[in-house]
Amino acid sequence: MRAPRSFTVFVGLYLLFLYAPVMLLPIFAFNDSAVIAFPLKGFTFGWFAGLANESTLFVALKNSLIVAVSSAVLSTCLGVLAARAAARYEFFGKKPIMSFLMLPLVLPEIIVGVSLLIVLVQLGLDLNVWTVILGHVLVCMPFSIAILLSAFNNMDRFLEEASLDLGATRRETFFRVILPLVMPGLMSSLLIGFTISLDEFIIAFFLTGTEPTLPVYIWSQLRFPSKLPGVMALGFIMLILSLVLLTAGEYFRNKSAALAAHENKQ
Amino acid sequence: MAQPVSEKPMVEIKSVVKAFGEVKAVNGVDAVIKEGEFFSLLGPSGCGKTTLLRLIAGFEHPDTGEIVIAGSSMENVEPNHRPTNMVFQSYAIFPHLNVEENVAYGLKKQGLSKADLKAKVNEMLNLVDLKGYNKRPAYALSGGQRQRVALARALIMKPKVLLLDEPLSALDKKLREQMQVELRSLQRTVGITFILVTHDQEEALTMSDRIAVMFDGQITQLASPQELYRRPKNQRIASFIGVMNFVEGQLLDIGNDALKVEAGPIGTVSIKPNQMPIALPTGAVTIGIRPEMLTILFNDSDKAEIEIKGEVVETSYYGDMTYYSVRIDQIAKPVTVSMRNTSGRKVLDIGEKARIGLGAESLVLLG
Amino acid sequence: MQNFPGLFSSMAMMFDRESRAGLKLVSTPFGFSLLLLAAPLLMMLLLSFWTQDYLVLDRTLTLDNYREIGSHPVYALLLKRSLTISLIVTLVTVLLAFPMAYYISFYGGKRKALWLFLITIPFWTSYLLRIFLWKIILGYNGVLNSTLQGLSIIDEPLTFILYNANAVVIALAHAWAPFAILPIFVALEKIDRSLLEAARDLGDGAVRRFFRVTLPLAMPGIVAAALIIFIPTIGDYVTPKLVGGTDGLMIANMIQVQFSKANNAPLGAALAVTAMIVVGLFALTFVLLNRRWLRRQA
Repeated sequence: MRAPRSFTVFVGLYLLFLYAPVMLLPIFAFNDSAVIAFPLKGFTFGWFAGLANESTLFVALKNSLIVAVSSAVLSTCLGVLAARAAARYEFFGKKPIMSFLMLPLVLPEIIVGVSLLIVLVQLGLDLNVWTVILGHVLVCMPFSIAILLSAFNNMDRFLEEASLDLGATRRETFFRVILPLVMPGLMSSLLIGFTISLDEFIIAFFLTGTEPTLPVYIWSQLRFPSKLPGVMALGFIMLILSLVLLTAGEYFRNKSAALAAHENKQ
Repeated sequence: MAQPVSEKPMVEIKSVVKAFGEVKAVNGVDAVIKEGEFFSLLGPSGCGKTTLLRLIAGFEHPDTGEIVIAGSSMENVEPNHRPTNMVFQSYAIFPHLNVEENVAYGLKKQGLSKADLKAKVNEMLNLVDLKGYNKRPAYALSGGQRQRVALARALIMKPKVLLLDEPLSALDKKLREQMQVELRSLQRTVGITFILVTHDQEEALTMSDRIAVMFDGQITQLASPQELYRRPKNQRIASFIGVMNFVEGQLLDIGNDALKVEAGPIGTVSIKPNQMPIALPTGAVTIGIRPEMLTILFNDSDKAEIEIKGEVVETSYYGDMTYYSVRIDQIAKPVTVSMRNTSGRKVLDIGEKARIGLGAESLVLLG
Repeated sequence: MQNFPGLFSSMAMMFDRESRAGLKLVSTPFGFSLLLLAAPLLMMLLLSFWTQDYLVLDRTLTLDNYREIGSHPVYALLLKRSLTISLIVTLVTVLLAFPMAYYISFYGGKRKALWLFLITIPFWTSYLLRIFLWKIILGYNGVLNSTLQGLSIIDEPLTFILYNANAVVIALAHAWAPFAILPIFVALEKIDRSLLEAARDLGDGAVRRFFRVTLPLAMPGIVAAALIIFIPTIGDYVTPKLVGGTDGLMIANMIQVQFSKANNAPLGAALAVTAMIVVGLFALTFVLLNRRWLRRQA
């Protein structure tokens, strides 16, 4: 089916619109000029090299990694519990409970950040990576639940009963049957959680104390013109890394779908 | 070699009731299943047969009543501790394991040596005709192959009772008929008690030693296939199993061991019921007769104990049989008569007059 | 009497075996959410009724903060602007996203997955950087102006595209694009193509087919997209701060000020609560109106 000419033109322009900011990243990351503006001055790897000297960058990176990994793991664990409950059991208050767990999806992040900040201050607690992790887990959990719910629903529930019937305990059933079959969903959840946390700014901004995450670091750099090309280089690196992670996530998601398709083949 | 079924009870179901919400799926069931027998639970969907099977397996627990297996009460006993194993309707083959890993699944815990395990798995695969399929991945199996893997996986555990939940419903007709024969001979070889759930009455009749017909959560009749077919207790069972013709009649008299019934064009006959009624039932009764018990008397010289006249309104040709629909005076619905298409036998046309012959002893009183 | 057995049996079901098992499992994540979402939200509500003088917190309950919000026009202005910007962003994003989603769904053929992948690539960069890059594009000496001047389309650089609400709208319409395209795409995919063929068979032209079949059936996706965009946009902080100048600042910026420089957390909380209520009301009205529109269509 061929699209009308005007339609194709629109799509082309829209794609240009979508890619506009992103295309600038590699352009100015390699541009031999301290000013982010046209015309271009020449090719250089210098900005990338310069990043190596930014010690605060590496601290922020370390913090971000700690936060992202912890958030991904925690939200996946909580997601597994919630998704398993929702997929397998009918329980009292199921709809309101599940809706509440998904609520952070539609709450502005500033609300989440502010309310957590209030509680932490009232309790007199310090702000550090852990406070950021708590906020991120709240925000990542709905995604984990959605992904894992799909994985659990795709699993034939009679497989569990078959395992029990053959003598396995519930615990053995979980590790020998359930876990292997939802593993792709688990991996997907971990990856999504990781990427969301890595890029999350607002909650980190409110809840980070003296240990900034990468986005908070970037924010602080944006007001210094001299730092900008370095930021471009950093952004480019992050883009490439995100692409790699995204492709991996897609791979696992497809594997999960293929496994489900085979399961359903009679 | 048919093994004689022992009289020892293997599974005892005592007044079991199981409700889901307000619906009583199993509404007071009592039955005794004997050691070594091939027992079927037969009924339409929703009658509670699968629930009963799951109660025996331990996936559901009775609200009231008790289930006893091999002499031990199964109250609060989980499925993994019961001497039963189940073949699920969807087979539930573990998709991430291959054939031999599936079959060996239940034995992993027993700490057998690798050689022992392999030997047992191969023995089982031989038994179900899947020799050499060890390394085949689960997703590469056909429906029939999955079923055999499910069987092997369950039988390798040496259960006292094998439970089968509609195991043949997913297979096509030819395969199903083949598997019916195979399952029956497998059961005889292994000698274990089989309990099969099915909605297909042909299947139940072919394979079982005894059948329990279930309607609305209760067992309506428990008997051998022959008994069930020839002497069904009521109309519902009679029409569920095979085809049955119904004739309305009047009860005239109760004798010592037989009832005298006046049945329209059939005349007055003496029928031995399943059990003698204690009191005089309301005058009207229903009599049943199977299509194959009726014969078309083609020649004037053909005689029968009872003869009635009718007119052919429909014929259905099945290759080996022809089914006639014959309208008979005083009988509401046309009567079905089945005749084998032996060589030389005439086939009647629609509209032709026919003489139907039958014997009094093939009549069944249906209440 | 008919209701009685029903009531008892549903109460029994409340805590039967299955229910207990499910509740046990879900208790940990639910507890976590209660502790870290419900409790803080309630705390925020409570805080909005307290007052703060520099660093001293006065815990007497009072409506002073809300009175302050009601009496000073600046807050109402910010709220109104935030709402307007959110509405415009939602509208623009959805309007632009719909044709894109339509294109992929109806003309994508075997490459639909690839198209979706292409759509999402630009968004795997830091959100901060993307907004910042819009600043570079829309600036006085920015990419857009340089290009347009270079192509002789304009003589003087455009000034209305940066450091005001327009810039905020442009940047956010970009940022939310995939969040609109995907739900609309999913809804469009679900439409049974044979319905459209039947409509054509019955004489409807392409435009009528669109409005009578495609659009109503795609509506759930459109509504989902609108809600995903509208509610969080009102609370956006980064975009107005980076490209909004003074005319494009939104309520989130004011809230952040209360929690930092202005040292008036209770007022910040009150602002947040007010914003949430307004957003909630809007979202609810939208959903109800939409349901009525759909019912009338049927």
